[in-house]
Amino acid sequence: MSQSDTPVLELRNVTKTYSVKQGLLGKSKPLTAISDVSIKLARGEVLGLVGESGCGKSTLANILLGLEAPTSGEVLVDGQTLGGQDRLALARRIQPIFQDPYSSLNPRKNIYDIIALPLRVHGIGDEASRQKSVREILDIVGLPARVMNNYPSQMSGGQRQRVAIARALIMKPEIVICDEPTSALDVSVQSQILNLLNELRQEFGLTYLFISHNLAVIEHLATRVAVMYLGRIVEEASVGGLFDAARHPYTDALLKSVLTPEPELGIPDTHLGMSYPNPIAPPEGCHFHPRCPAASDLCKSKRPEPLFDPNGRIECHLHSP
Amino acid sequence: MTLAPSTNSVDPLLQDIVGPTPGQQLRRRFFGHRGLMIGASVVAVLLVIALLAPVIAPHDPYAQDLLARMKPPVFLGGTWEHILGTDHLGRDYLSRLIYGARVSLLIGFVAALISGTIGTAMGVAAGYFGGRTDAVVTFLINVRLAMPVVLVALAVVAILGGSLQVVIGVLGLLLWDRFAVVMRASTLQVRGREYVSAAQAVGASTPRILLSEIMPNILNNLIVVITLEMAHAILLEATLSFLGLGVQPPTPSWGLMVSEGKNMMLFEPWLVLIPGAVLFVLVLAINLMGDGLRDVTAPENRS
Amino acid sequence: MSQNNFRQDIPLLSIDNLTIDIPTAAGTLHAVRGISFDLKRGETLCIVGESGSGKSLTSLALMGLLGKNITPRADKMEFDGVELTTASARTMRNLRGARMSMIFQEPMTSLNPAYTIGDQLMEALTLHGSTNRKKARARAIELLEKVGITAAESRLSQYPHQLSGGLRQRVMIAMALMCEPELIIADEPTTALDVTIQAQILRLLAELQREMNMAMILITHDLGVVARVADKVAVMYAGELVETGPVDEIFAAPSHPYTRGLLRCIPLPGKTKRGSVLGTIPGIVPSLVGEVNGCTFRTRCEHASPACRGTIPLHTSPTGTHTFRCIHQPEDLETDAVQSTGANA
Repeated sequence: MSQSDTPVLELRNVTKTYSVKQGLLGKSKPLTAISDVSIKLARGEVLGLVGESGCGKSTLANILLGLEAPTSGEVLVDGQTLGGQDRLALARRIQPIFQDPYSSLNPRKNIYDIIALPLRVHGIGDEASRQKSVREILDIVGLPARVMNNYPSQMSGGQRQRVAIARALIMKPEIVICDEPTSALDVSVQSQILNLLNELRQEFGLTYLFISHNLAVIEHLATRVAVMYLGRIVEEASVGGLFDAARHPYTDALLKSVLTPEPELGIPDTHLGMSYPNPIAPPEGCHFHPRCPAASDLCKSKRPEPLFDPNGRIECHLHSP
Repeated sequence: MTLAPSTNSVDPLLQDIVGPTPGQQLRRRFFGHRGLMIGASVVAVLLVIALLAPVIAPHDPYAQDLLARMKPPVFLGGTWEHILGTDHLGRDYLSRLIYGARVSLLIGFVAALISGTIGTAMGVAAGYFGGRTDAVVTFLINVRLAMPVVLVALAVVAILGGSLQVVIGVLGLLLWDRFAVVMRASTLQVRGREYVSAAQAVGASTPRILLSEIMPNILNNLIVVITLEMAHAILLEATLSFLGLGVQPPTPSWGLMVSEGKNMMLFEPWLVLIPGAVLFVLVLAINLMGDGLRDVTAPENRS
Repeated sequence: MSQNNFRQDIPLLSIDNLTIDIPTAAGTLHAVRGISFDLKRGETLCIVGESGSGKSLTSLALMGLLGKNITPRADKMEFDGVELTTASARTMRNLRGARMSMIFQEPMTSLNPAYTIGDQLMEALTLHGSTNRKKARARAIELLEKVGITAAESRLSQYPHQLSGGLRQRVMIAMALMCEPELIIADEPTTALDVTIQAQILRLLAELQREMNMAMILITHDLGVVARVADKVAVMYAGELVETGPVDEIFAAPSHPYTRGLLRCIPLPGKTKRGSVLGTIPGIVPSLVGEVNGCTFRTRCEHASPACRGTIPLHTSPTGTHTFRCIHQPEDLETDAVQSTGANA
């Protein structure tokens, strides 16, 4: 175990740029998927990551899983840079849980083979001890051991997601990247999976990066929240700070758009008139200004500098340093 | 789970594992598909006949009997000595037909195996790695598609001389295009699935991912293409042999039999019709099997 | 639409005992069993349920779009006096698009990628032979502007793939509205969209619906959407309507154990304690193949008893608008609900 003040996961000014070809003979243009992202995650924390589709959430998750390399910047796990560690060592510390349990389990393999894959790849134990580990982890995620011989197509969505969780946890990672883990599930099953994730975190001291578009779920589970817009983190704060007193106009709009089951409230007006901008041609100045109800001339020309204070981080001219 | 402390029987609504395994499901659909069953049985029967040719054939397919030339088959007034009659050299037509099945099926299998290996390797590599690999493979596929198969095969056989080995080799090296196209497309589709990302995130090696995550999920498409290309190779062999550039006499080949019978076609049409019909039945059966396999394996078990 | 106002109080759509059986290899799948509801002009009915509850099948049955081997049965399925179960294919074709239209969840699969937005919008109108191309074009531009698409005229020549998901869904809505339908059926219209766009699209639908005095059936699994959009709610579980009523009554006094369970499953901002254990509904939806009897929720219900396998009575509230199907009296369930909410808080 490392010292408590070293973050278990840290991103330093991570940027990822793709080059995108437009049309058959078009020139390649750079697309900045994430730009200058810095995050620190302490052990046992749950960082909720919210933003619209195309804001760079998934790219960030892929970088953390080692599936893509950042164009610049550093990813540190327990204070060590990610580039210096080999892929297997990284895999032992960070594991993913994906959104769609219908796509994340190989339909041709039975449940035992799916869950035991990480152990096989890392050459951990013999067949007998793997059997035992799989039984244990199945018990932990609340599935009976007899499902080992079943195939994913024989299971319900909730059961499949439990299998995916078991696969992620069998090597006892420290960090779990949860990418919309409940959005493909039925309402009655979602809460079971959320409860399970919460339980597991407490029991095993896990650290989560929890990506979701469901703000009610983020509020329920996260300890801190980062809001992403066009590849940048525009606001970061503790869950209480963000949900009780949002500072960025975009965060405010996101919070307004949450539909809680309260019939008397009607359908909210978010005032986000325009649609999400094209990331190949991001707006000048503050990327959010074309949709921002509080935009001034300054916002159109100059990008706001991030402000760091005890509440967290914010990038907005309304809260300039 | 709190269920009613109910009567003796188990509640029929209560079952948490639903449905059969993918294997059981496949078997059920397999045996329920009429076209597939017909095609597969015909192919199986012909396969057995080909394997047991020395036992089944009533005569030596090479034995000539110039005194008994062009005897008609039984149903055209011939004798039971030569059930399907004899050809212009007095060889027993049924025996030649039976040995001819060996040639056709051998060429079909081996040519599909060679082209399948080449095409699958190229297609899977292109689909999985993308980028430059994909560009090169796509270019090769286009080059191959621009070549007329029959003409190229004719030219090569004309240069190297016709023999069973040469025909198999030429067809094997020419017919990989459909494998490459189909395998590339299926790999592209499977590569995007999250279970592949999950295996990558676990740190699994590329060969492992290709073999245990990708291949099992594109195998069904591969099997379908194998059957279709087998039929294709069998037809091409017949074409080459008919043109005199395929399997050389006196080897019994159905294409060659049609070719040898064509001079007498007006007077003894059965010389052409019998091998033609058998060829037709075999190719139809293989295609029925391929279509059936596609139907049976295509709807992926997403309840 | 003004000429129809005098019939405001008569239901536009009246369904009684709708049943859909699907033949499968393993036996008959009783996908929808005995559904009844009425819908007036200007009203919004939300059908809420989880996957496999039969909510989408119900809407397809109304549109006459079920597969060939599936025939819906009903004692009554009337749209403005036309009996839909016995209507000819021609009658159905004339109704679809012209008087009732549908919005699907995934706009990319229901827009044809080979045609421009303009062509597809105008086709909806010219297909029913009521107008010429010029008028249809004007109407298309008008509707695109109405659904909040800027530079509507230039959008007409664009193809579906050139638009973002939110814009495509707006185009779908515009297309559904081209013929000024009297009934619009929206099947999870916002599920594939971001929350910010979701709110905008729902606002838009509600506004247009009010303006055109349409009846709307909105199918969703999202209780938040239901609460904010619906006038009437129908909760569907395993092919049956287990609870129906006006939206405020359903959310103020949910009665069926399934409805209560669903409401306990979702975290309520400001009400549910952060990080607390959420309510759950254990188990999974039962198979509806073969004989189905009694209450299908009994395998997951905390109040289940052997009597749940028998006939289930329908309770009606004193107001006569709120009904639910359970062997228990509402009062019996009340105490439990209070206890379990207490345990969650």
